[in-house]
Amino acid sequence: MSAANPPDSFLRRYVFSLDHKTIGLQYTITSLFFLLGGFCLMALMRWQLAYPGQPLPYLGKLFGENAMPGGVMQPEFYNQLGAMHGTIMVFLGVVPLAVGGFGNYLIPLQVGARDMAFPKLNMLSYWIYLCGGILMLAGFAMPGGAAQSGWTSYPPLADLATSGQTIWLLAMVFVITSSLFGSINFIVTIVQLRAKGMEFFRLPFFIHAQLVTAFLLLLAFPPLEAASVLQLMDRLAGTSFFLPTGLVVSGEKLAVAGGGSPLLWQHLFWFLAHPEVYVLILPAMGIITEVIATNTRKPVWNYRLLVYSVLFLGFMSFTVWAHHMFMTGMGTGMSTFFQITTMIISIPSIVVLTCIVMSLWGASIRFTVPMLFALAFLPMFGIGGLTGLPLGLSASDIYLHDSYYVVGHFHYVVAPGTLFALFAGIYHWYPKATGRQMNATLGKIHFWGSIIAINGVFMPMFIQGIAGLSRRLYDPTIYAHGRVIQPLNVFISISAWTLGLFQLPFIYNFFASLKRGEKALENPWASTTLEWAAPSPPPHGNFESAPVVYRSPYEYSVPGAATDFSPQWRAEA
Amino acid sequence: MDESAYGYWLPPDASAHGPQIDHLLGFLHIFMALIFFGWAAFFVYCLIRFRARANHAATYAPVRAAFIKYAEGTIIAVELLLLFGVSMPIWLRYKQARPDEAQALHLRVVAEQYAWNIHYPGRDKKFGKASVEAMNGDNPLGLDPDDAAGKDDIVTINQLHIPVNTPVIIDISSKDVIHGFNIPALRVKQDAIPGQLSTLWFTATQTGHFELACAQLCGLGHYRMRGDVYIDSPADYAKWEQENAPAVPAPEQK
Amino acid sequence: MSDSSSSLIPHITEPHPVTQMTNGRLAMWLFLASETMLFGALFSSYFLIRAGAAQWPPEGGRAGDYLSIPSASLNTLLLLASSAAIALAVRAARSGSLSRYRMLMGLNVLLALAFLGIKGSEYAQKLHHGHLPSTNNFYGIYFALTGFHALHVIGGAAVNGYLATLGGALWNRDREQLICRAGNASLYWQFVDLIWLLLFASLYLF
Repeated sequence: MSAANPPDSFLRRYVFSLDHKTIGLQYTITSLFFLLGGFCLMALMRWQLAYPGQPLPYLGKLFGENAMPGGVMQPEFYNQLGAMHGTIMVFLGVVPLAVGGFGNYLIPLQVGARDMAFPKLNMLSYWIYLCGGILMLAGFAMPGGAAQSGWTSYPPLADLATSGQTIWLLAMVFVITSSLFGSINFIVTIVQLRAKGMEFFRLPFFIHAQLVTAFLLLLAFPPLEAASVLQLMDRLAGTSFFLPTGLVVSGEKLAVAGGGSPLLWQHLFWFLAHPEVYVLILPAMGIITEVIATNTRKPVWNYRLLVYSVLFLGFMSFTVWAHHMFMTGMGTGMSTFFQITTMIISIPSIVVLTCIVMSLWGASIRFTVPMLFALAFLPMFGIGGLTGLPLGLSASDIYLHDSYYVVGHFHYVVAPGTLFALFAGIYHWYPKATGRQMNATLGKIHFWGSIIAINGVFMPMFIQGIAGLSRRLYDPTIYAHGRVIQPLNVFISISAWTLGLFQLPFIYNFFASLKRGEKALENPWASTTLEWAAPSPPPHGNFESAPVVYRSPYEYSVPGAATDFSPQWRAEA
Repeated sequence: MDESAYGYWLPPDASAHGPQIDHLLGFLHIFMALIFFGWAAFFVYCLIRFRARANHAATYAPVRAAFIKYAEGTIIAVELLLLFGVSMPIWLRYKQARPDEAQALHLRVVAEQYAWNIHYPGRDKKFGKASVEAMNGDNPLGLDPDDAAGKDDIVTINQLHIPVNTPVIIDISSKDVIHGFNIPALRVKQDAIPGQLSTLWFTATQTGHFELACAQLCGLGHYRMRGDVYIDSPADYAKWEQENAPAVPAPEQK
Repeated sequence: MSDSSSSLIPHITEPHPVTQMTNGRLAMWLFLASETMLFGALFSSYFLIRAGAAQWPPEGGRAGDYLSIPSASLNTLLLLASSAAIALAVRAARSGSLSRYRMLMGLNVLLALAFLGIKGSEYAQKLHHGHLPSTNNFYGIYFALTGFHALHVIGGAAVNGYLATLGGALWNRDREQLICRAGNASLYWQFVDLIWLLLFASLYLF
């Protein structure tokens, strides 16, 4: 079976493409722009946090008299930046990159398929995501500004908020729909379209991670879709699903029927949002496993245990959601249940990390740029995971709930955690997607600058949390306990802006290497998984002839083999 | 307010249950540090010992490490110990050991955008009736002026006075959106959810002037929902109560 | 022009040896799993709000005092008949009869439209009497849950209508694929009917 012919017109080939690789690249580029945008929102917030009430020189004027009169940020605008930063980073940035970008590009290649099971549905997923993303940004243009009730949108606050919140809810419906179509596509592709010889336990760990992720998205997002529609009805149709009786807002009794429950939203939201955080981390674990196996030249330690662990992790992720709600007045029975499940879920995470670290023993470690990022992921995710422990125990959570400790915890997992894994993936698969290598020197500058700066941003947040500082505060110096540690905020802000500067070499490298990068052949890293059998970049239809799989995915340094890697597609050892 | 009481670590520990939480936090961080630095040492060792260099190939066979099972097992055991042996008892005591009503000072706190309304029942220990209809700028809780039980009630805004070494019970709710009643120095926190009455209790063990903060995003004024918490000696508290109680007419003047 | 991608993809009409399903059938089961979570969340919301209410319906009495059980009963029969119609349509397609397939699919769509018509008149009556979703949570839940369901009926009926008419042209080009699509549409439709039965029981009768 030969590679098929690609469509002829520019539009069908590059814009409305049905090819999973083009769609994957579309997701990648779009999500990188959203990540940059979300970063900029945070960079702006950091000015207010470092210098509360001070006008932002020059740039302050750009935001208009409503948001930043005289260059001084308003509290409403600060809250908008906060809510939108979280929403954009999670739903428009990290997940579309990790799942839509990497998943779409690599899944058919790694399982040995020609394309995804449903190419048209795949294309539709991307365009719905893009529309949802643009709609989400349009929130800033609404009177009253964008959504400003946190990415968590708790009612009654969100029910009563300005029209930007309605835009948020509508945009979420788009994003969720896109995700739903994508996850169906991924599962069917992985289950049904594997090449001959590609048994379940010969799939690269990246695929197992994506498979579990797809199930999480498939099953966890619908409750949030339901909840979003119910909140839309509260806001637009005057219902009271989340509004209790007797609300008095600004001295006026609210003219609604009442009888609703604010906690109902929290249950529905967190039922998605907890599995969502595993959606954020699983593809990252998959990516770094691929990078680490390639750069250690030995099989991953206890591959089967890794697979069973992620399956268990995926299942458990549905059982912990109310640990976000310990302070809502829940009874001791319920809080006991959720503390137990939270403790249990830490186990597969530790196991995954252990398996990957044990893979270093007896290795021959090549410190390429992707490997630097992949290795850095491990301690960074470790810090993030460990700091979840005091939060998951309700007694210590009494003190730490809604403080900066939480902000430090989740950012460690997602920022120096997942984001670094995604960088590793970009440097690792760039040669496959483009036929060129990214510049290694620029990559090392990007890495070292980022790892130092990012720790400068998030490590002090644990200190702020221990000192009792609440999160989402427009002006922390209102409190004595905030004033006293204010120098930390200045340090964090300068670190954050420095982190931004160190992304410039990456952005330049990413685009410039398309033309100026060293040309790469099919398998520049000497890796074993199927995507490296295809040309760089792979043509429409991926493989010149249908691949056959002969062995497990990480057969490196096999005794007696001709080379120090035995690719899955090569018949002889 | 004595800012020197605050710094780059935990604020003063002014409640009876506070030390347990602080010990748990301390123990947890030592445990986390041990795991992290132990693991990191191994990690760095591997990066150095197994770096790619001439005449050094990787070994195909997986390392057999029984030590891993013991390490994992120990971590799980410690987590279970922390959960069932330390955290759960603290949590259960915090949630279930409701002080005796007769011995305790019972207050109500009703949060709103952007202030804390604090309602004391006065000497008669009975809260005056309140209704939504009667709420206005001067009467944020909507207290019924004709209700006898309410005559000696004290209502303050953002000023919480508490006698030291006395159990305090606080019924918390909200008028509008979810707020978070949070006094870091007392190690107490509870969401104030409209339509729901949540109760929390504690005993303060140190006099001083501390801060009340909002711990749940509640709108544009969330950052300025600051309250003053005064833990008073019994004498100072009596004095404050005396100065703030509404004038109660003598019996013959009814 | 046919997209060259589809010729690259196996198991469109040929079941996979391990799963014994075509891609489309597996996809439909996965979609239904997510729909179960969607309606599960809606039903859970209903039960939570109802449990927190002093009485239900909030104005006293029984659900049947506010909602028309006769209309809903008729709707139940219509949907059950439509489910039978589409199941028989798939059977007809398998046994090679295009005209019977078309007629039965068309019948399914007609019955679906009748269902929607009755639902629409129920809604209109309520709005006419000033019973809006905002009146109280009983009506809010009623409109939300039946509204979500009705959207699913509309979507399904549109697809079935397409498969009965324009989509039916696939009969000559690739009959197997048309049968697969109709089979998947039928599976979806049975689910929609099942949800209605649960709605009828929990909103109107319970």
